[in-house]
Amino acid sequence: MAAVALRVTDAAKAYVNGGHETPVFSRVDLDVESGEILALLGPSGCGKSTLLRAIAGLDELSGGEISWPAGGDAASRVGVVFQQPLLLPWLTVLENVKLGLRYRAHRGAADDEAVRSTIAEFGLSELIEAYPDELSGGQAQRVSVARTVVTNPQIVLLDEPFSALDPLTRASMQDWLVGIQQSLGLTAVIVTHDVDEAVFLGDRVAMMSPAPGTIVQSWRLDRATRAERGSQAADELKREILATYRGLERPGQLASMPAETSAQVAAGV
Amino acid sequence: MTISPNTAGSRGTAAKVALAVGIPIAGLVAFMLLWLAWIELFVDPESFLADWSPRLGLPELRDLLASGDLNRHITASVKRIVVGLGIATAVGIPLGMAMGGFRIFNLAATPATSFLRMVSPLSWTPLAIILFGVGDAPVYFLTAIGAVWPITLSTAAGVSSLDRDWLMLSRSLGATRLETLRTIVWPGIRTEVLTGIRLGMTTAWIILVPAEMLGVDSGLGFFILDARDRFNYPEVVAAIIVIGIIGIILDRIAHYLLTPRRRERTRPVVATSVPQMQAGPVARQQYRI
Repeated sequence: MAAVALRVTDAAKAYVNGGHETPVFSRVDLDVESGEILALLGPSGCGKSTLLRAIAGLDELSGGEISWPAGGDAASRVGVVFQQPLLLPWLTVLENVKLGLRYRAHRGAADDEAVRSTIAEFGLSELIEAYPDELSGGQAQRVSVARTVVTNPQIVLLDEPFSALDPLTRASMQDWLVGIQQSLGLTAVIVTHDVDEAVFLGDRVAMMSPAPGTIVQSWRLDRATRAERGSQAADELKREILATYRGLERPGQLASMPAETSAQVAAGV
Repeated sequence: MTISPNTAGSRGTAAKVALAVGIPIAGLVAFMLLWLAWIELFVDPESFLADWSPRLGLPELRDLLASGDLNRHITASVKRIVVGLGIATAVGIPLGMAMGGFRIFNLAATPATSFLRMVSPLSWTPLAIILFGVGDAPVYFLTAIGAVWPITLSTAAGVSSLDRDWLMLSRSLGATRLETLRTIVWPGIRTEVLTGIRLGMTTAWIILVPAEMLGVDSGLGFFILDARDRFNYPEVVAAIIVIGIIGIILDRIAHYLLTPRRRERTRPVVATSVPQMQAGPVARQQYRI
């Protein structure tokens, strides 16, 4: 088993509003191993994005802790890719990619040559002089991934990065992400509410329940399963995950639901 | 007979230039002719009003410019507007940033700033003279207090319309507050700030002339007052023309200096040359600054 890069222990988050406490997630335990993609799957509003932001140091936990067994802290270890590319419209693609390198936290993380080679690897070389409003959605999101990757983070956190894209672009971006993850040896946590995406991208899939979210189950996938989009093994896993998903929507039924029933439920999807 | 695209192109450009320059000039000439016609046709030649004809003002202007008598006044006025606008900018940008960035401060400061900006800057004349005596200082004060509000309000509007997600982005990239200010906030609000400075400059220039009628012995405002006291109305007309022209020039300079420009690209961007990405309609990014 590979080394644990990130460990979340008994994490909880609640918003306090006028003396009223609204829990977002609680009792979340999670290990992320070096070199894997962990897909964090859950319905909207289950707190998965909030968890991701807490890991990134952009939000504080109400309880529990986040540790980096390999050393370091959020600021130096984590790079975030958001749902929107958030490119700065007054900067070119090249300048956007180099944004993080202008900050002291990442100064010297990559030289000009390294940046250009990342840009080339991402298929963006033709676009380095372009401005964000001249890019397609897929191109913009690749620029935003490049901006994160050049700061050389230990873990890349992706918060539903492709959900704003049209389905065809999304599929090609998923292929592309798997490719660069393997060639760069990235460790990544990707938050998604799309079961297909989770199964296709994840080395592991962890499912969160609706709010207050907690991790109810996780599945380990092998690379061979992922390599074939729509393979039988992948379909079976998807069905199983969907069944769990449906069970979560009707709390209390999950535990009592026989395996056959869940398969039937899934077949009716 | 064929016309090459190039010739046609340059002919088109020439026509555009002629249109862009010719029509405004024709408009200006027409305005002068109306002014001339009104005074020459309807005004009693014995009255003081007859002295306001451009027939007398324009030759007077030519003489004043030729003799260099106006130079000292033009220099003084331009210097004052530069200093006044500089003060207004130095005060307005931080104030606007604080108003745009901190909701509580904005709530607290809005009534006072709304009140102050509705007060004609010239109302502060007695206060300016008590505070600063006579000379250049009260003129700087009056132009600055006129120009500071458009700058403040534009800056505040720029900050409050800044995409908050950009701030989250810079935090995720480990930026310090100062780095965020330099790389995200300032470039993000630059357009609004520059619009504010341009508006402020217009206000300052309008305020400058009456402000120069108080206790200074140079400047175009002083020149008008002095000419009036000598009943030399053609000189007043000449000074008014100079004021209008300098105002237009300052506005054009501000527009030119303060308009953010994208660098010229060396070659067109070909989006389709990227592998994999041809499929599907592309969602274009939309940003509001």
